[in-house]
Amino acid sequence: MRKDYNLEKRRYIISGFIVVIALIYIARLVSLQVLDSKYKEYADSNAFLRKAVYPSRGIIYDRDGRLVVYNQPAYDVMIIPRDVKEFDTLDFCRAINITPEDLRKRFIDMKDKRRNPGYSSYSPQRLLTHLSAEEYGRLQEKLYRFPGFYIQKRILREYNYRTAANVLGNIREVAQKDIDKDPYYMPGDYIGDIGIEHTYEEYLRGSKGAEVLMRDALGRIQGRYEDGALDRDAVAGKNIKLSLNIELQQYAESLMVNKKGAVVAIEPSTGEILCLVSAPSYDPRLLVGRERGKNYNEMMRDLDKPLFNRAIQAVYPPGSTFKPTQGLILLEENIITTGTMFPCAHGFISGGLRVGCHGHGSPLPLKPALQTSCNAYFCWGFKAMIDKRSKYGSSANAFEIWKNHLVSMGYGYKLGIDLPGEYRGYIPNSKTYNGYYGEGHWSANTIISVSIGQGEILATPLQIANLAATIANRGHFITPHVVKEIQDTVMPAQYLEKHTPTIAAHWYNDIAEGMRMAVTGGTCRIANLPDIEVCGKTGTAQNPHGRDHSAFMGFAPYHDPKIAIAVYVENAGFGATFGVPIGSLVMERYLRGYIPPERKYLEERMLQSNTIQFAGTKKH
Amino acid sequence: MQQQENSGSVLKQVDWFTVILYLILVMAGMVSIYAASYDFDHANMLSFTEFSGKQFRWIGLSLVLGLVLLLIDVRVYENYAYVIYGAVLLLLLITIFIAPDTKGSHSWLVLGPMSLQPAEFGKFATALCLAKLFSSYNFVLNASRKNYMLALMIIFLPVVLILAQNETGSALVYLSLFFVLYREGMSGLVLLAALCAVTFFVVAVKFTGSMLLGIPSGQAAVFIMIMVLIVAMLAVYCKEFTAARNVFLWFAGTGIAVTVLELCGVEVPGTIFFIAVIMASLAYCVLLMFKTTARKLIITVATALAAIVFLFSVNYAFTSILQPHQQMRIKVALGMEEDLRGAGYNVNQSKIAIGSGGVWGKGFLNGTQTKLKYVPEQHTDFIFCTVGEEEGLWGSTAVIVLFLILILRIINIAERQPTVFGRVYAYCVASYLIFHISINIGMVIGLCPVIGIPLPFFSYGGSSLWGFTFLLFILLRIDASRRERSF
Repeated sequence: MRKDYNLEKRRYIISGFIVVIALIYIARLVSLQVLDSKYKEYADSNAFLRKAVYPSRGIIYDRDGRLVVYNQPAYDVMIIPRDVKEFDTLDFCRAINITPEDLRKRFIDMKDKRRNPGYSSYSPQRLLTHLSAEEYGRLQEKLYRFPGFYIQKRILREYNYRTAANVLGNIREVAQKDIDKDPYYMPGDYIGDIGIEHTYEEYLRGSKGAEVLMRDALGRIQGRYEDGALDRDAVAGKNIKLSLNIELQQYAESLMVNKKGAVVAIEPSTGEILCLVSAPSYDPRLLVGRERGKNYNEMMRDLDKPLFNRAIQAVYPPGSTFKPTQGLILLEENIITTGTMFPCAHGFISGGLRVGCHGHGSPLPLKPALQTSCNAYFCWGFKAMIDKRSKYGSSANAFEIWKNHLVSMGYGYKLGIDLPGEYRGYIPNSKTYNGYYGEGHWSANTIISVSIGQGEILATPLQIANLAATIANRGHFITPHVVKEIQDTVMPAQYLEKHTPTIAAHWYNDIAEGMRMAVTGGTCRIANLPDIEVCGKTGTAQNPHGRDHSAFMGFAPYHDPKIAIAVYVENAGFGATFGVPIGSLVMERYLRGYIPPERKYLEERMLQSNTIQFAGTKKH
Repeated sequence: MQQQENSGSVLKQVDWFTVILYLILVMAGMVSIYAASYDFDHANMLSFTEFSGKQFRWIGLSLVLGLVLLLIDVRVYENYAYVIYGAVLLLLLITIFIAPDTKGSHSWLVLGPMSLQPAEFGKFATALCLAKLFSSYNFVLNASRKNYMLALMIIFLPVVLILAQNETGSALVYLSLFFVLYREGMSGLVLLAALCAVTFFVVAVKFTGSMLLGIPSGQAAVFIMIMVLIVAMLAVYCKEFTAARNVFLWFAGTGIAVTVLELCGVEVPGTIFFIAVIMASLAYCVLLMFKTTARKLIITVATALAAIVFLFSVNYAFTSILQPHQQMRIKVALGMEEDLRGAGYNVNQSKIAIGSGGVWGKGFLNGTQTKLKYVPEQHTDFIFCTVGEEEGLWGSTAVIVLFLILILRIINIAERQPTVFGRVYAYCVASYLIFHISINIGMVIGLCPVIGIPLPFFSYGGSSLWGFTFLLFILLRIDASRRERSF
């Protein structure tokens, strides 16, 4: 037969053509399968639905085991945007009581990369939060009509008492900066905000679990990946027992109604805080759920600053509650003995300087000076120390020593309470005055007001309460804290160890006796209970914001103290008017469990009185 | 020639290499179907209720069929080629009317429990018929226009009928028979023209975003390609080297000039510039005709003019002739549109499946894309992505190489045939396979538009498997008796 060799060569062209195609395809496969890694991620996000399993947050009890904070279920509507098909918006909105406009806005916000940087149409996104149980029920029934939607059960906090909001804190949705700081969090998670919810976040939150589910093209769950081998169980958060006595807290808060200020009570032997009141306060329930943002913003704008925890954040001039520290320093420095007497001519008069005082015997020794809260005594004592060049060389040196004693007693620096946002107060040092007056150009008289807790001196109510606890303990304190126990965990060592100020222990007995005398026959007579030996010290602090602040610090019982307390009521006048009554009522309530009928009038007066009207809206 | 063949000797003469390739491919196909349709509840590969089980049955029947085909006297195919062709055409015609509507196509004949797609059998019938035509006494394709018309008629009759069934993909397969025509003498210019047309189309449609000389850069690129084509044809086809050099210098010079003008801020109207420059070069070619043989120059000029006309009609064709879903498929294949919910969904998911396989794959039955049914049609048209996902680059390359070897082997068989009938038939088989395999895999890896045709031997379905078994085993039968027929 005829053979056309020219045509026969065409087999090579055809063969070459298919070899080229095969090579192109193999090159394409290399680029798809080896060079480009995004397809692997796509396949995983297609197939795996990583479902977070949220642990229950730790429960919070008070020191006697009363349930304070627990969990309530809340329901979030989640969507996987690319699985969402056309759906009946009206039907959906009706089920959960929102308007179609709101829903549309939520969708827009969700897709806004600035508000929601983690947005991806492949991964679960939180569309709506905090559905109520009924809304959840209604939506659940209809859910099959809304492909791409599912409901995630979450927990919210529920509060048994409308009290201690600033101690307990609350939880909020994480912000982007929380996620940046700790990769544990994912958008939509909750994190503790202020209070112990913040401080003990790592204990309370537990550990999220994860379920890796396989999902088919229609979004149907096909089972667990590798039979759950990659699943992680959620670990429940640890329960916490507060050192607070929640009923005492509630009682103290009620006494502080319509007042500004703080009450801090400490169990001296342990440093455990029995109540920590900041007034005005708020109902912790306001910061739960869908209304949280609105309520939070309202409180932020409130001129009375309910979110400001005055007990640890407000710094006040301590006034006469400071005098015990002066007594201790003067004794320790051998400037005085308990018998040393100073004159009081209705005040301290020296070189044209006059610090007023009120009527009492003169001259007088230390304990009566405490009893009557004599300004002159402590001014003279301070002057004797600061101007004692023979001992210290200069006023500046003397003042440094004076300051160091105060710092050792917990003033001027943060005590380290387990609540966020504590302020340090203020104790000046000699450099401050060198700066004000020039080196060598100041002496005791120049700065005499610090000796009676005025002038530059500032302290938080917590620091004053800590002083009361130190005196109650006759010379040591344990860093005050609001948490008594963490489930299955040892409390941090800092809340167990004793701190001993640079004052010999025996001097405290003298100060305590002076404070006892103030109750039995001095400025704190209202606190004189028939069967409980109370010790106390009033304070009436002048301040630039209007009427004097009314302060009290004390402890009881005298010989075996169970409670130490500081009360600070802004712009309420004499210490004896508000500080002593409130302080004594709280101590009595704690020690006795009730207020006897003969003191009900006092309780009533405190509950009824309103000093907030005198309190300016000051800037802190 | 009249001696009685005995079946034993036929089996000895069978090209076992091809048979083994066939067996490897169908078994690999069955395993892939098992993986693609794997369900947690049904884990029995051979269960007859499962796709893989059914495919196993189809494979068993194909082997019987193959054996029967090997035992049939080779002359039956040759003598009854026209009859078979006619019968299949009739079947295709009937199918149009009696087939139920499945997704808009009328291509499936339902016979009791099973359904058949006659279009699959049109392939071997057409191949037989074409082979018969070419082997008729003194038939030379290039000898007369009538021969061309006959060959084209044999190819296009089934195309028309299958188009009428609304099975565009299956109809396009017959276009691959142009490879056969090429092998039998058709001018290579036809294939070159087809290649140019596809290239121009893709470039002109795809690159419409940026502008060059005031026209879309794709159009400008096609103009430049036409210039290259003119120079190349002058040099390679007409062997007019001086003319080619002159035209090249003309193009290069004007190109540099226009670039300089553009850089100086002078706006040159692109269409006018290109048309003027090309027309000038064509005029030069016409002048050349007075000096030398004209025929090849005429063809060159005609080709260039046709290309320009083609370019201007591309946009019209694309937007006005193609249907929207076809436009979308092409845009998806060209990477111009994502359309992940529509035409692009399958391709995107199959790319994800293949791309996530990596070098070594996820392992047998561990493919999440395919197991969780993200890829539609994964056991039929998109079966290749199961291989890509579970066996990775290694496995998918192996499949491509196996197919390549099979096609090269068939071309080898074709060229060793002593008869034109055998050779043409073999090239038909090779052409079908080239088309099916390259379009199917190209579509799965996102290089070709989605055309619904199966991957030979792999895709689930009896019709496809049987159709290719027919094609292949008749070829093997013809090949087995080549020695007796070489005289």
